[in-house]
Amino acid sequence: MLKVENLNVFYGAIHALHDISFQVNKGEIVTLIGANGAGKTTTLHTISGLLRQKSGVITFKDKNLAAVHPHKLVTLGLSQVPEGRRVFAQMSVLENLEMGAYIRKNANEMKNDLEMVFSHFPRLKERVKQLAGTLSGGEQQMLAMGRALMSHPDLLMLDEPSMGLSPILVQEIFSIIQDVNKVGTTILLVEQNANMALSIANRAYVLETGRIVMEGNARELMSNDDVRKAYLGS
Amino acid sequence: MTLFLNQLINGLQIGSIYALIALGYTMVYGIVKLINFAHGDIIMVGAYAALLAMTGLGVPFYIAIVISMIVCVVVGVVIERVAYKPLRSSPRISSLITAIGVSLFLQNLAQTIFSATPKPFDVKISVAPIVIGDVSINFTTLITIVVSLLLMALLQFIVKSTRTGKAMRAVSEDMGAAQLMGINVNNTISATFAIGCALAAIGAVLYCMAYPQVKPTMGSLPGLKAFIAAVLGGIGIIPGAMLGGLIMGVAESMTKGYISSQLADAVVYGILIFVLLVKPAGLLGKKTSEKV
Repeated sequence: MLKVENLNVFYGAIHALHDISFQVNKGEIVTLIGANGAGKTTTLHTISGLLRQKSGVITFKDKNLAAVHPHKLVTLGLSQVPEGRRVFAQMSVLENLEMGAYIRKNANEMKNDLEMVFSHFPRLKERVKQLAGTLSGGEQQMLAMGRALMSHPDLLMLDEPSMGLSPILVQEIFSIIQDVNKVGTTILLVEQNANMALSIANRAYVLETGRIVMEGNARELMSNDDVRKAYLGS
Repeated sequence: MTLFLNQLINGLQIGSIYALIALGYTMVYGIVKLINFAHGDIIMVGAYAALLAMTGLGVPFYIAIVISMIVCVVVGVVIERVAYKPLRSSPRISSLITAIGVSLFLQNLAQTIFSATPKPFDVKISVAPIVIGDVSINFTTLITIVVSLLLMALLQFIVKSTRTGKAMRAVSEDMGAAQLMGINVNNTISATFAIGCALAAIGAVLYCMAYPQVKPTMGSLPGLKAFIAAVLGGIGIIPGAMLGGLIMGVAESMTKGYISSQLADAVVYGILIFVLLVKPAGLLGKKTSEKV
């Protein structure tokens, strides 16, 4: 579904991504793990067009994304939950969700989509009128995910959904990610919390200083000694 | 009491004009964090457009307003695309200086085309003033206040409840996240400039009805006052611009009535300085803390 080939990205003179290649197949949960500064967010930002690559090709459903305007990605079925949630703090929960469905104009469909989002995140339903900025971190994460789901993505990219959340909330969020995957959304998950990410993913890629140093089946990586030492703390 | 009421009504008249113009400053600031110093000169553009429509094309007054709005919207959107958009990711000071440049450009362009000689703006509205007790309200005054209030209500509706309005709020909060939602950021910014300029055009015509003279530099003073109104109310906040404009208009007119005409501006600026000392974000402004 998503294919990244030999991607090179620079921040000025700094070479942030070196020849990154990976792919996500339909129905999978794929995770990109790595330490802070490894290039995970840079990779996502390049896919979603917030950054431009120096070389390399990104294709989504066989379409080269270089020719696609960043704001058109959602219409192709690619949606992102950005790092740090980035909900619209001065807008209500409902308005945030409406923004997620910005590309869809049919009011009836939107009602169904809202119900779908509330079925994943019942807590949001209780807070539809509240300003997003007044939600707790976990609720904001749920809102950011709900907002991204409102566009009916085929591929949902999540950037550090566990960041700043308590272990219990992380469990909850990750089980929702699995639910979302089960009903047919392909997932690309970028995480520092390698343990959690590997526990739900089918396949994984390990990023280190802008290079992919390992890849494979998530379960196998979990039992790999190098991975355990570097990322799982044992 | 009569003097007070008269001055209050005069103040509301000029204040609602300030408010209309201030909305353009504040909306643009809210979305692209730019103080658009050329916004005052849009008033001048609007005034010339209305004047030419009436004298040159001979259209009636209300059609002249529509023509003026169209001209201002086109000019404003073109300015944004040509002058500000290429600088969107540059340091803010670059676009600020560009805005001053655009302002000078518009003034000098108008001077080249129309000469510096002021032209009279004649609108004969022959409706008798409305008299309530000792207070008589000019028809122009009444129109100005009513039209401004209606426009402000309409703007609130647009921003709160329409798709474009919500997109504007989303872009002003987080351009990147808005883009991820599929919002076309460039079009949304253009829409913001367009609305601001349309309001300025109406403000321009209402201003000319109060001060019936059109000249190339005429936008500077109301532009500056409106900018101050926007800052006073809290820049970037729409109700703030309305409140700021009305306070400034009333303060100005009360000073003229009770103290002295010459001190009017001093009092207005004094209020601004005082408010900024006590509440730096403006009357309705929220405390902004740097995100870490």
